[in-house]
Amino acid sequence: MATNYDYEEAPANYDETHRQDLGYDPNFVPDSVKSFVGHLYRHIREKNVYEIHQMYEISFQTLSDRLFKDTPWPSVDAVAHYVDNDQVFCLLYREMWFRHLYARLSPTLKQRIDSWDNYCSLFQVVLHRVVNMQLPNQWLWDMVDEFVYQFQSFCQYRAKMKNKSEQEIALLRQYDQAWNVYGVLNYLQAFVEKSNIMQILEQEKEGLEQFTATDGYDYSGGSNVLKVLGYFSMVGLLRVHCLLGDYQTGLKCLLPIDISQQGVYTSVIGSHITTIYHYGFANLMLRRYVEAIREFNKILLYIYKTKQFHQKSPQYEQILKKNEQMYALLAICLSLCPQVKLVEETVNSQLREKYGEKMARMQRYDDEAFAIYDELFSYACPKFITPSAPSFEEPLVNYNQDAYRLQLKLFLYEVKQQQLLSGVRTFLKVYSTISLGKLANYMEVDEPTLRTILLTYKHKTHAVDSDGKIISNADVDFYIDDDMIHVVESKPVKRYGDYFLRQVVKLEGVINDMDRIKLE
Amino acid sequence: MGRETPKQQQQQQQQVSYTVEQLVAVNPYNPDILPDLENYVNEQVSSQTYSLDANLCLLRLYQFEPERMSTQIVARILVKALMAMPAPDFSLCLFLIPERVQMEEQFKTLIVLSHYLETGRFRQFWDEAAKSRHIVEAVPGFEQAIQTYAIHVLSLTYQKIPRPVLAEAINIEGLSLDKFLEHQAANSGWILEKGHGRGQLIILPRNEFNHPELKKSAADSVPLEHITRIFPILG
Repeated sequence: MATNYDYEEAPANYDETHRQDLGYDPNFVPDSVKSFVGHLYRHIREKNVYEIHQMYEISFQTLSDRLFKDTPWPSVDAVAHYVDNDQVFCLLYREMWFRHLYARLSPTLKQRIDSWDNYCSLFQVVLHRVVNMQLPNQWLWDMVDEFVYQFQSFCQYRAKMKNKSEQEIALLRQYDQAWNVYGVLNYLQAFVEKSNIMQILEQEKEGLEQFTATDGYDYSGGSNVLKVLGYFSMVGLLRVHCLLGDYQTGLKCLLPIDISQQGVYTSVIGSHITTIYHYGFANLMLRRYVEAIREFNKILLYIYKTKQFHQKSPQYEQILKKNEQMYALLAICLSLCPQVKLVEETVNSQLREKYGEKMARMQRYDDEAFAIYDELFSYACPKFITPSAPSFEEPLVNYNQDAYRLQLKLFLYEVKQQQLLSGVRTFLKVYSTISLGKLANYMEVDEPTLRTILLTYKHKTHAVDSDGKIISNADVDFYIDDDMIHVVESKPVKRYGDYFLRQVVKLEGVINDMDRIKLE
Repeated sequence: MGRETPKQQQQQQQQVSYTVEQLVAVNPYNPDILPDLENYVNEQVSSQTYSLDANLCLLRLYQFEPERMSTQIVARILVKALMAMPAPDFSLCLFLIPERVQMEEQFKTLIVLSHYLETGRFRQFWDEAAKSRHIVEAVPGFEQAIQTYAIHVLSLTYQKIPRPVLAEAINIEGLSLDKFLEHQAANSGWILEKGHGRGQLIILPRNEFNHPELKKSAADSVPLEHITRIFPILG
């Protein structure tokens, strides 16, 4: 009987022994699973997004908890004839099958490779055939998210060469295309291009197209799959580029999405968080601290207000973890760029509770302070990867930490370059004018050195934005006239214009509501 | 041989119809464009142009296939990135270059040079650059680009700057400095002022960073596209 566990035939396979110990039958399909796949298949054919979403989000989890806590779901071949052997459904089922396996068990190398093959088949279908389906955004997001996650996981796994068996190495050599970085990036890029999502978003601005207003769904009988996959792939690309340390390119990939507004990316909490986490992190690495602080502040406030609605969601733990990580990143940003005014009160009090004491110590810029920067960065950074394949000839070494170490080192280097700035800041805050000589005296440096520190302050607090424009991140600013420093306290800029615009729209909404009440 | 002719033609056609930047936009993840990108780095060096996106794309391809990396090309990219200061391009490139490569002597030197520029230590920078002529002189326009960066930071910082401080930052002295100042006065609105007994002062052009009062005007403007959002209501 054909199963999808080809690798069981391999001699002396660790997985096989392991599986026999578990003693479950991959081909046994419990009645509840028969009914699950039957119904899910029907709802997909009928494009009943609501029911698909219910089954996908709730029934799948419930069944997993009840029947497949530590074993995989039944094999796709065993369930295929309950769904007319429908090819696309089987690919979708397998995608979920692997996702469940990754979440609850640890995948073997062969399973990782099989999962890659399954993604390839599924993506080929979506890219090159007309897929007449309407799937929930949650599911489509999960697909992109999981695809990138499994890529990252594969790179981490492959980089631990020390303990690889000969058989694993042979498999790695044989299937060198599996989770190849070009393949991964090109699939995501193909979704973006094939879906025309960039043009769609462009035209939407001119009112020629609806995408955001319908949350990406197609209510005129078409399919949302390619379009929404294309959309989420831009977030996927941002994430992959961050994992590679290519922050500039990552942000460029996200450019078509206007993150100052609600969008399809905010329709799924996981996508919302992933987008902002990586966006903020990339901006932090590009020294655009104010931008990072603003976005972290917004999302942390949002999570604070809405997290109780996600308590039962399978993503809840992930949400909490990213929440904590973003507080750590916010602590870093605010230590380098103390613009506390940008942070909302609730977020600020959470931040003080979690990191208040550490942040005070980070201001001191001694060895202990660097240790805290190191600790927070290491805790909160993405899981950086080395995308290239190992050289199998040399003595096998682990290189899974290399990428992380490089990013950490460069980040700490930046922190060290800024170490004298917090001292300057302290003095600038208490003077409106002070001569260079006097300040040099206070800071216990000579005048030429003070001049370089002040230049550093200016350079580090004035970032270059994506259009090449200079933007000030300075909380306290100054200018020098000959040998006199004049301090300028930056006052928070009240955006009256924006405020009134929003009120106009709000008032219009209220008036419309009232009009409707009269009619009824 | 007969087979190669159409291929060459095709290639030539491609060269005609695509610039390297278009190639990058269309194939950001295609290893085949690696040689084109390497040539393009050399072209940027000789023609004094610059494309961060193309260079990052090349570093990315090196990252994916380290065995194809040319350290000479990487060094040129890094020198060009230094010249793009105050933009953070140098760090952006370093993020993509494996640590063991960064350990090489020429890269260590470049990292030190970047460190001096990042921390406003121009005296040390020029001294170090003088010791590493073989690296930086291979790229035309290097000195000028760094001077432009120095002037940029100085104009963020100073309204009036003493002549020796300026001289040190841009590494120009004596008669050449007089000439330089004359040129800036004629073309960039610099004003030369006699200092009170301690030599010349230079008044740098006003901008919102050394004259903070200039900033306010821009603070509460509303972009037109925001106004258009309420057009339907107003109409």
